[in-house]
Amino acid sequence: MEKTEQRMDEIMSRLLRTGVILAAVFVLAGGVVYLARHPTPVTNYRVFQEEPEKLRTVSGIFHEALALHGRGLIQLGLLILIATPIARVAFSVVAFLYQRDWTYVLVTLIVLGLLVYSLLGGAG
Amino acid sequence: MNTLEFTTLVGLSSLVAGFLGALTGLGGGVVIVPLLTLVFGVDIHYAIGAALVSVIATSSGAAAAYVREGYSNVRVGMFLEIATTTGALVGAALVLHLRVSMISIIFGVVLLYSAYASMTEHADSSANTGPDRIATWLKMDSAYPTPNGLQSYHVRGVPQGFGLMFVAGVLSGLLGIGSGAVKVLAMDKVMKLPFKVSTTTSNFMIGVTAAAGAGVYLRRGYIDPGLAMPVMLGVLAGSLIGARMLAGAKVKVLRMVFSGVIAVLAVEMIYNGLK
Repeated sequence: MEKTEQRMDEIMSRLLRTGVILAAVFVLAGGVVYLARHPTPVTNYRVFQEEPEKLRTVSGIFHEALALHGRGLIQLGLLILIATPIARVAFSVVAFLYQRDWTYVLVTLIVLGLLVYSLLGGAG
Repeated sequence: MNTLEFTTLVGLSSLVAGFLGALTGLGGGVVIVPLLTLVFGVDIHYAIGAALVSVIATSSGAAAAYVREGYSNVRVGMFLEIATTTGALVGAALVLHLRVSMISIIFGVVLLYSAYASMTEHADSSANTGPDRIATWLKMDSAYPTPNGLQSYHVRGVPQGFGLMFVAGVLSGLLGIGSGAVKVLAMDKVMKLPFKVSTTTSNFMIGVTAAAGAGVYLRRGYIDPGLAMPVMLGVLAGSLIGARMLAGAKVKVLRMVFSGVIAVLAVEMIYNGLK
């Protein structure tokens, strides 16, 4: 394996680890706030009801987390978690650009596009 | 039961699931959905959302270690991710249109297959055949470290592998699992990757596939913070402990037991779906 490729792997590995740790910290902090403030009866998960808008959209989640609401903080952690593999793919685009491997620049861009669409996109 | 008790129970169960999943290589995600629906009476949509999130956490955590060791084939992984992420989007869209009983039955069948696949002995299929036209064009052939230095290998069956990966993606988006069993099948049997390479590359891909599904689930409001919190933290902690203990464990017996548990859960999911 080439030296640059090894360095890329090194960075990618660090990126993944940082993302997971950061996500876990937010989820844990949010969990503490949530448990400290939440009323005693357990939420009914038997019947499915969509989460409110503010816990479903990226802007809503940021808003809730900034207000230091437990559920908002947890959701922000989960958002970071979902963003971690996306960041990894974005990093791969750069890595393949650096290697002038145009086929794989295209391949990774397609994957990145699909991921961004899934998180922000319209349908569904 | 109050919220603290519920959270603690779900968290501890998830920890055990993550621990056993890491030790046996089956992944903790597969038992989360049956656990939450059958034992805790949670609606399957919430359960799938929480499971999917935990799958991202464990796969990204594990991939961080594997990528550095130079086993995973990034080109193969990236190319196949086009298939898995497209599949995940299709699977997540399907959830809207399928009845809960149908999802349960599909889940049970996939679980049964995973249990079966994990019990069959693995024969390394890298009796290396010559280069393949498509794989060569996509620069997929590579090498991986062995005790005797770098061992090079050729990749084969790209179109068939791509098709199977689409199926793996659909299942991941539909059921909230990593679909590791299908991914390894595609890369081992069809694309003839060496075992170590296929397992680590599959792990590398699982997080991306799950992220595609989770994005849709989050927007649709299937991911409940109160439920996802103990599941994600529990599975992550459990899998980290499991990975650390992997060295000296009697994995074979454990895998048999865990496969048995999965099979029982699978039958129960199917039974519940048919009821």
